[in-house]
Amino acid sequence: MVILITTLVIAVIGVIVGYGLVYTGKKFHVEVDEREAAVREKLPGNNCGGCGFAGCDALAAAIVSGKAQVNACPVGGAAVAEEIGKIMGVSAGAVERKVAFVRCKGSCEVTHNQGNYVGVRDCRSAALAGIPVTDCDYGCLGLGTCQQVCPEKAISVVDGVAAVNPRKCVGCGLCVKACPRGLIELVPESQKVLVQCRNRDRGPAVKKVCSAGCIGCSLCVKQCEVGAMEFDGSLAHVDPEKCVQCGKCAAKCPVKVITGADLAQKETA
Amino acid sequence: MRNTFRGGVHPEGHKELSRELPLKLFDPKGEMVFPLQQHIGKPAKPIVKKNDPVLVGQRIAEADGFVSAHIVSSCSGTVKAIEKRRILTGALMECIVIENDGAFTPVEGMGQKRDASGLSREELLRCIQDAGIVGLGGAGFPTHVKLSPKDPAAIRYLIANGAECEPYLTCNDQLMRTRAKEIVEGLVLTLSLFPNAEAVICVEDNKPEAIEAMRAAAEGHARTKVLPMKTKYPQGGERSLIKAVAGVDFPISRLPADVGCVVCNVGTLYAIERAVVYGEPLFSQCFTLTGEAVAHPGNYIVRDGTSFAELLEAAGGLKEGVTLKKALVGGPMMGIAIGSLDVPIQKQNNGLTLLPEDPVELAEKRQTACLHCGRCTTVCPVGLSPQVMSDAALAGDYERYEKKLHGLECVQCGSCTFACPAKRPLMQTFKQAKAEIMANKRKEGGAKK
Repeated sequence: MVILITTLVIAVIGVIVGYGLVYTGKKFHVEVDEREAAVREKLPGNNCGGCGFAGCDALAAAIVSGKAQVNACPVGGAAVAEEIGKIMGVSAGAVERKVAFVRCKGSCEVTHNQGNYVGVRDCRSAALAGIPVTDCDYGCLGLGTCQQVCPEKAISVVDGVAAVNPRKCVGCGLCVKACPRGLIELVPESQKVLVQCRNRDRGPAVKKVCSAGCIGCSLCVKQCEVGAMEFDGSLAHVDPEKCVQCGKCAAKCPVKVITGADLAQKETA
Repeated sequence: MRNTFRGGVHPEGHKELSRELPLKLFDPKGEMVFPLQQHIGKPAKPIVKKNDPVLVGQRIAEADGFVSAHIVSSCSGTVKAIEKRRILTGALMECIVIENDGAFTPVEGMGQKRDASGLSREELLRCIQDAGIVGLGGAGFPTHVKLSPKDPAAIRYLIANGAECEPYLTCNDQLMRTRAKEIVEGLVLTLSLFPNAEAVICVEDNKPEAIEAMRAAAEGHARTKVLPMKTKYPQGGERSLIKAVAGVDFPISRLPADVGCVVCNVGTLYAIERAVVYGEPLFSQCFTLTGEAVAHPGNYIVRDGTSFAELLEAAGGLKEGVTLKKALVGGPMMGIAIGSLDVPIQKQNNGLTLLPEDPVELAEKRQTACLHCGRCTTVCPVGLSPQVMSDAALAGDYERYEKKLHGLECVQCGSCTFACPAKRPLMQTFKQAKAEIMANKRKEGGAKK
């Protein structure tokens, strides 16, 4: 008899709990995009953070929600990008790899150190301290904050100005966020014609502080046949969407601040 | 227990370099430069044009909005240009440049004594606002804003800040010794704005002469007393003083007025007296030129717009055989390091310290890993844990820094950095972390809108 009652009680409890579980399961059901799990599956799973997200899970979520490109994983490379591309329904090849580019040519030779900044070797600190490290108010401070944040060690400060190794760069954009002067931008890897300056001052003021800076002569604008050179009065900037990379602007530039002059030479030769 | 706060450090004072030297008025030559923003708030708008003649005490730029301050010419001459010039923070700022004729002709009616006792509250505040007075303790917050809290009757303490805890600086000491009566006059005028407040004049006890002078001047005035303070840095910080006088701590999101306190520097009170009684707007203030690299340190009344370099040259320049390694506007604890001396003195500047050694450079050479000794936590006047905060900030974990460690409460007094035996740049790290957190918040706020 006792056995029977016990069994019955347990059975009733089991039924109640069972219904309870079913109910809570339905009530608190979270819609998970199945693509997210599929994308996560394809990622290498070593949670290195090289993509700029907190780990592979975070990257998978970002890819599915459209915040990251399908080729955002630097470790997986093209193979992983293609597989993720299949899941997401985009071809990985269609998205061109982007690399960081430093818009400053202000090495120690062409501009000089004006202040006597000592202190934390961090551009963000130097920018806060207000002591000008270089004459130019726009130029690279050269203390290497971008170098520190780069997970791929693709940036090095050479001669007082940061330089990106495009082969190592994975386009995560961490350096873009870190630079207090906003000098770094992400450009398509194939884009070779770029303006290496961000000084918005007028010509004479630029000449005073840096012999390599864009003086805003607008010769490049006149050269460009496709209207890819944006010009805001004192600073030129290439629009990679329009640029056909003929290199004519670079060849004409009197201060040689536009990269890709060799392209024009090849054409004429 | 003597009047003080918890924590703090005892840096070497170095006040003997200039403490006995009387205040001298310094009249500069050549051009004078007036940046349009010498205060917290919106920059002022120029109301003079190129080639306009100006006189001493003439308003040359008008406040743009309530939280802003007028800019007043400190010399007579003609406006040479309104252009971008480099100011002491290293930034380029729109400045009014005046070619000084050297005559210092004042505007009519300035300096004549008048009876100020019958002024109403509004008249008094208007007078202070018209004079372009800002807090002369260093931050430069417009004084008329500070003196207009929501509920003036709720103010319990009006604190006159004569602590001058910053090493090297002595100009407030001299000001209190020689102009005690005027400071008290300014204090009494300000006190009339707050019906239920008691005025407390706080002076660190390493300035016995100043305490004596202030006591003598304050005698006979109702609701006014002098309170000697323990000599300790940062005793002159607004929050440290409130803790010592009223015994309250409050978060950085609240203002001193929220806990019934208003703190004014003694220099500001002196400026209020000049403005209200003599109709003289703020265009000059007391200033200490000091440091081991200076040949003849001294205390001055300087005119705004004077170049630091000119003052130094007139005072006898640098000591012979000494190279200048570090120039600080203010003292070594809170001062701003400047890259060039050829920038104008602004309203809220109260000293220039020139050192033959760069302490930061020396500290960097001896920097080691954190020893976890906890000295930074002991000295923090706010009661934070700088060591843990530094770890969080360096790791970029700003959420932990802000929410768990309350890192935004840091007043950037630099006590932790001073006390650190491992010579770690703690305060610098916090300054940067705070700036980045605030920038992120602004970005988020902008995105929501």
